[in-house]
Amino acid sequence: MSERQTADTRWVTCVTRIRDERDQTAFARLFAHFAPRVKAFLMKSGADAALAEECAQEVMATVWRKAHLFDPERASVATWIFTIARNRRIDALRKQRHPEPEDLPWGPEHEPDQTETLALQQESEQLGRALQALPEAQRVLIERAYFGELSHREIAAETGLPLGTIKSRIRLALDRLRQEMT
Amino acid sequence: MTTPITHHLTDDILMAHASGSLPEAFGLVVATHVSLCDECRARLAGYEAVGGAVLEDSDPSVAMAEDSLAATLRLIAAMPEDDRIDAPAPAEGGVFPMPLRDYVGGDADAVQWRALGGGVRQAVLPTARDATVRLLYIPAGMAMPDHGHGGMELTLVLQGAFEDAGGRYGRGDVEVAGEDLDHTPVAAPGPDCICLAATDAPLKFHGLLPRLAQPFIGI
Ligand SMILES: [Zn+2]
Repeated sequence: MSERQTADTRWVTCVTRIRDERDQTAFARLFAHFAPRVKAFLMKSGADAALAEECAQEVMATVWRKAHLFDPERASVATWIFTIARNRRIDALRKQRHPEPEDLPWGPEHEPDQTETLALQQESEQLGRALQALPEAQRVLIERAYFGELSHREIAAETGLPLGTIKSRIRLALDRLRQEMT
Repeated sequence: MTTPITHHLTDDILMAHASGSLPEAFGLVVATHVSLCDECRARLAGYEAVGGAVLEDSDPSVAMAEDSLAATLRLIAAMPEDDRIDAPAPAEGGVFPMPLRDYVGGDADAVQWRALGGGVRQAVLPTARDATVRLLYIPAGMAMPDHGHGGMELTLVLQGAFEDAGGRYGRGDVEVAGEDLDHTPVAAPGPDCICLAATDAPLKFHGLLPRLAQPFIGI
């Protein structure tokens, strides 16, 4: 699939190498890209530099430990790392837990489909471009929501982003998983 | 998923959960509903994808500590080889999905109920205090006390069903009530109703008895 690689599918390859080969070079590449972003995200969320550094290291260590739980048919690597960083932020700054849904049971027998993985990664990149294309004020409001600056009462889900296609694709991936299970 | 779910979470709530802005008590209701509902699971994943885009856009020029990668690899090396985190196995059968079992310490038979009178029982679950979440047990045919809301309330049915002005709510259905809704849910005939209800304001009971009882039952 070398021709069909996108930035996001390259990150998927890194996570797969960490999962299968405990590949430290792949981890170093992920770290170089994502660790500063996680640290910046945590600082925007109100952590000081020292706490953000410590949490970013823990988030990246969790990436290593949970590599086998990542499903590229349902999330980009950036999205997956975001959820780990978000949970760490809630734990560190609010001293709360973030209750997680029970995951669908899938294990080594579930090999993610290449075509579906590529499509999901491409849609994640499109979503990123759509976010950048939003009017400044609207984009800032979304960022503030995800930095945890807004209370749940202040959040209005009208983002102006095209979420329908990515939602439908994830829904189909869930349907396929359910069929595998029965 | 034996019966189709017809009452779902709102986009606002899913986005608040995805962004990590929802109080833990509401988060437990969201996670429990999503465990039963692939439609909301996909919608939630869509809002998490927005978080991924925000992370990707974060300032990449923030400096990491000098030995940051090496320190992280040491963190990883310090973990026992077999200490990879596994997803908790999903609940097999039973009434409560896994996230709720985590808070209860088991399934429906492990709940430490407290009687509220008339066969109605409740159990407040331990969460951060910016909102509260409780399990309610309402015998079939019993009405919940007539109450309005000072805040937001999420009510998720886990067993049986209830009916009110908003319609019929069966297993997996969730009612999202705002400050304007004044409602009187009644447990439908059939199995007794068990629901998980979260609110960020004390409930205001209109009836005399429940109001008197309020300070004692901790609602
Ligand atoms: Zn739903």
